Amino acid sequence: MKAKKGDWVQIEKLLLKPEERTAPLPEDTKKVPLKMRVKGFLQNEDANIGDEVEILTLIGRRVTGTLVAINPKYEHDFGEPVPELLTIGIELRKILEGDNDA
Amino acid sequence: MRDLSYDAVMSRKNEIMKKAVGIDYEKFISSEIIFDYERMMQEVGYSLDKVREIQSETGVGNTPLVELKQINRLIKKIAPKGKGARIFIKDEATNPSGSYKDRRASVSVYHAQKHGYKGVIAATSGNYGAAVASQAAKRGLKCIITQECYDNRWVGQPEILEKARSCEAYGAEVVQLTVGPELFYYTLVLLEETGFFNASLYTPYAIAGVESLGYEIAEQTMQMVGKYPDAVVITHAGGGILTGTARGLKKAGASETKIIAASVNLRGLHMASDNDFNKKYFTTGHTGFGIPFATFPDRSDVPKNAARALRYMDRYLLVTQGEVFYITEMLAQLEGMQRGPAGNTSLAAAFALALEMDDDKVIVVNETEYTGAGKLPSAQLTFARKMGMEIKRGDPIKEDLPGKRIVIPEHPSQIGYIEFDMDEVRKSYVKEVIKRYNKKEFNKQEIEFMAQDTNTTTEKIVKFVKELGGEVIEA
Repeated sequence: MKAKKGDWVQIEKLLLKPEERTAPLPEDTKKVPLKMRVKGFLQNEDANIGDEVEILTLIGRRVTGTLVAINPKYEHDFGEPVPELLTIGIELRKILEGDNDA
Repeated sequence: MRDLSYDAVMSRKNEIMKKAVGIDYEKFISSEIIFDYERMMQEVGYSLDKVREIQSETGVGNTPLVELKQINRLIKKIAPKGKGARIFIKDEATNPSGSYKDRRASVSVYHAQKHGYKGVIAATSGNYGAAVASQAAKRGLKCIITQECYDNRWVGQPEILEKARSCEAYGAEVVQLTVGPELFYYTLVLLEETGFFNASLYTPYAIAGVESLGYEIAEQTMQMVGKYPDAVVITHAGGGILTGTARGLKKAGASETKIIAASVNLRGLHMASDNDFNKKYFTTGHTGFGIPFATFPDRSDVPKNAARALRYMDRYLLVTQGEVFYITEMLAQLEGMQRGPAGNTSLAAAFALALEMDDDKVIVVNETEYTGAGKLPSAQLTFARKMGMEIKRGDPIKEDLPGKRIVIPEHPSQIGYIEFDMDEVRKSYVKEVIKRYNKKEFNKQEIEFMAQDTNTTTEKIVKFVKELGGEVIEA
């Protein structure tokens, strides 16, 4: 899949390598780099995932980084029905109707 | 080429912040720990009337106060005879971007526009981002939001991903980072690069913006029940909503109203840990922010934090994740209000309080927030299961285990709270001062400041100082 100039894309950038993270951090966080992701419109003529590219963000900033997604999807959703929650409404209405041991 | 290493940027912090906030904090600071809080709020902030005028320009505030009639019936049913206070909720979800944070953003964005800034930046993984983005859109300013969003494997918190979507919907650029306190570092980098205004959560502008919330609660409660609330329960994280609401209540004359903080209990999880990041199913309103910010407010991004919760907090209650999910379900099923997690933390605590307070008492929960994809209990608990959490019905307090187990109550009478002793919190504040300023000796003025800052007596502060190995000296 190729991205073309003007496509809405997401890039990734390494901000600090583990050894450059000099803030006080817990051990597990110290071992990993600080990374960033940001979206914008591709400025290169065309590009593949993994290429170094330049984007123009929604407010017009130019940022360079590695192309990680083309037309990135919002992946969060409403989740699955949760059995532990499904009956709460029924239980509460029973109590309201006078059955305290519902 | 600017040096963008962590240490170089942090060493430029003060000059970057001065340009980006435009407040000369030095004016109010008389020693390393003493500063004139009230003078700072008066000189830098805006008057309540001005705040209300600014907010009416962008459709912020004047939200409904709703009596939770069905829930109140339920409380009366299960409370001991003569007990069962009435709960009212301030429906802040009706603000333009869906939370009270619009109040907090409105004054900063107005101020930035007035002073000719081209854009605003805020470091926030919460609703505040959407609020700043929305207010910036209304006033024609550019907006960048920086978020701590992903763990190192790019697994994102659904709630934060939703907030990123919301910010983008208002035209903001969203910069998403992996776990770490360096969110602040990178925000400084961007402030320096753009020359934008820092719409910090912790300036006097941000707190003045929340005062209208407390003021409205006092007015509306008086109108609806003929008295000020006996208690206002407030979800507590960074301390801004508690500080602003309490100040607004006082300004309206509700000086007897008890200010009760509530946080989700996530004690035992480390906030800057990459591994723990996705083991919490509330992204704010929890002890990971609530305790550190109460005991050392000046950990924020400005030299002196205007959010100083201990000045106003009468009690601090903790509730569990399972109780808040249960109460969220209760609010939807009994009151027909689908609302996001924020106010439901304080609603869970308010429910527990109502069961033990007299039946003529009135409790106000001071916020709701919008909900939807990523933010609903179904989204958060699906994510929790994926991360290996155990989810079960049971005793929500006894069986709760943050990072391992989420326990949904089996009956509303199981909703309770864990009381955090206020003097313990105050003692932790003194401990933090000793640690942070490497200070063992305190003079009379410093003792007095700490007593004011924690709303207690100088005798108590002296006692804490001595217990912690410090001493009081003649200045």
